[in-house]
Amino acid sequence: MALLEVKDLQTSFRTDDGVVKAVSGVSFELDRGRTLGVVGESGSGKSVTFLSVMGLVEKRNSIVSGSVMFDGRELLGASTSELRKIRGSRIGMIFQDPMTSLNPVKRIGWQLEETVLLHNDVTRKEARKRAIDLLKEVEIPRADQRVDDYPHQFSGGMRQRVMIAMALINNPEVVIADEPTTALDVTTQAQILKLMQRLQEEHEMAIVMITHDLGVVAELADDVLVMYGGRVVEQAKVDDLFVKPEMPYTWGLLGSLPRPNVITTRLEQIPGQPPSLLHPPSGCAFHPRCEFVMNECRVELPELRPSTVGENHEFRCHLDEEARARIWARKRAAMMAEDAA
Amino acid sequence: MGYFLIRRIFWAIFLFFVATIVTYLIFFVIPSDPAKLIAGRNANAQDVARVARFYHLNIPVWQQYWIFLWNLIHKGSLGTSYITRQSVRWMIGQDAPVTASLVFGGAVFWLSLSIPIGILSALRPRSLMDRASMTFVLIGISAHPVWIGLILSFAIGYKLHLTPIAGYCNFFTGNAGASCSGPIQWAYHMILPWIVFMILFAALYVRLIRANVMETMSEDYVRTARAKGASERRVMIQHVLRNSMLPIVTILGMDIGLALGGAIFTEQIFNLPGLGRQIIQSYSVFDLPVIAGVICFATMAVIVFNFIVDVAYAFLDPRIRLT
Repeated sequence: MALLEVKDLQTSFRTDDGVVKAVSGVSFELDRGRTLGVVGESGSGKSVTFLSVMGLVEKRNSIVSGSVMFDGRELLGASTSELRKIRGSRIGMIFQDPMTSLNPVKRIGWQLEETVLLHNDVTRKEARKRAIDLLKEVEIPRADQRVDDYPHQFSGGMRQRVMIAMALINNPEVVIADEPTTALDVTTQAQILKLMQRLQEEHEMAIVMITHDLGVVAELADDVLVMYGGRVVEQAKVDDLFVKPEMPYTWGLLGSLPRPNVITTRLEQIPGQPPSLLHPPSGCAFHPRCEFVMNECRVELPELRPSTVGENHEFRCHLDEEARARIWARKRAAMMAEDAA
Repeated sequence: MGYFLIRRIFWAIFLFFVATIVTYLIFFVIPSDPAKLIAGRNANAQDVARVARFYHLNIPVWQQYWIFLWNLIHKGSLGTSYITRQSVRWMIGQDAPVTASLVFGGAVFWLSLSIPIGILSALRPRSLMDRASMTFVLIGISAHPVWIGLILSFAIGYKLHLTPIAGYCNFFTGNAGASCSGPIQWAYHMILPWIVFMILFAALYVRLIRANVMETMSEDYVRTARAKGASERRVMIQHVLRNSMLPIVTILGMDIGLALGGAIFTEQIFNLPGLGRQIIQSYSVFDLPVIAGVICFATMAVIVFNFIVDVAYAFLDPRIRLT
């Protein structure tokens, strides 16, 4: 059985304007030591999915249903104290913005020690030693001195290292990283990704990498979920996804990747705006932006169906096999021609 | 820190000059004849002239201001009241503890009410508790202290005989001529004025604390604390409270500094011999030295409390460095 098994997860928020369906029926599995890349635009529901998994969405104005099995235990509906035992200890989280994700008035040593002390019966001195060890592990120079610094005394990249240290300090089985590199500059991004890769090997943990950058997914992930409008629109092993992406949104994501050999005046983009979750489009959520839209797409939501390439490769699209194969072949040929030129 | 202190001291001196010069100018712009007032109703022109000479009222404003400064710097004296002939410094020494009792006691009252209510209504927005406290806030903000004071004094003091209607008792015993003294009598007499202060300020502070706590609760680092497995209680105490209290400290310091200059309405209603009542009385008889003295004191109170706020802030928030 998979370490983390999510089935038909639904999350809605009650707002003053009505009910917002942020996540509608997301299912996936994550095995030990694997990396799952979750890709999508802002508002596609990828962050909310994992906040729901952790029980971190505001209870008062949200409804979460479905099933989240972690190591054979159901997390949805589990008591808060049960969830707390798992958070920070068996599942660690890294958030997007390291500038705001650390408490500005507490020393980082204190914040790291807190995570240790919450889950282990150790003295503060031992916790501090563990904190310094972790800071060394995430390659923070002079860790034994910097442990007494405040967050504002660190740069963005260094703060993200602190966040990673905090997520890893109790040797979790899963680390959920919610756009860990988005707020960082490009060189720092590469360093952080490399660091996470190394730590994953050493700690033998599974990673969920939430990102809007397919490049990051290509580099790190074993499996990919593509999310759009609160739904999984395509899921595959990473190689299969790049060999034969099956639906227009994924094609758009691939087409909008910057490619080193191609000098164009501007990057390609997917036209239009992400869908409103308050008033979602009828049928396929992507239909208002899709260049291959058919009448059927406006009426009926396509079910997830298996692809001919790769196992467990599924997608949502009304286009038939022949049309998809033809369109993707054309798009890929165009991209390769550009790459070669 | 050193540079900060020096800058602060220069700023204080500058403010002191501005405040006192304005006081003197305003006093001489309004048509009045203090010498005549001081000399009394039956005085002849000669008496008035003599009084004017004695109090240096026959010389230009800037010279009078100079004498005021000279006395202050050389003798630490704020002069003598035109009316009572008492030393102004002594008078302020009598009045300031009354106002300080009112303000600090009131601050304890309004904070001990508004902090729990503010936090609770932030935790449960739109709950019955939250709505009830918002109603209270609306009443507290809309009502005038004179009205609240009179209602309380009438209902609790006059009708129910639970508290005195008005008046003040010294905190320290052994004052000759005082009708009552001692901490218990002091608190007993102050309780209604404190409640008036509490209703006025708690209303503002409940709203302020509620807004700050709610804002802090949606901060990313609070989510981080939850993701670490911290309990809601721990999240609140360790991560939300200190951060959300930072702006409150600023406003509290400023309010206390301002109120120390005289809580005019409350003192007037409860017949408390504090700075607020003193300044009203002095204005009505053009007692310039007392007015100038109280204004000096109030200016210093504001400056000192702003300074305390800055130091406290640097202590509470490591991002702030005093430079």
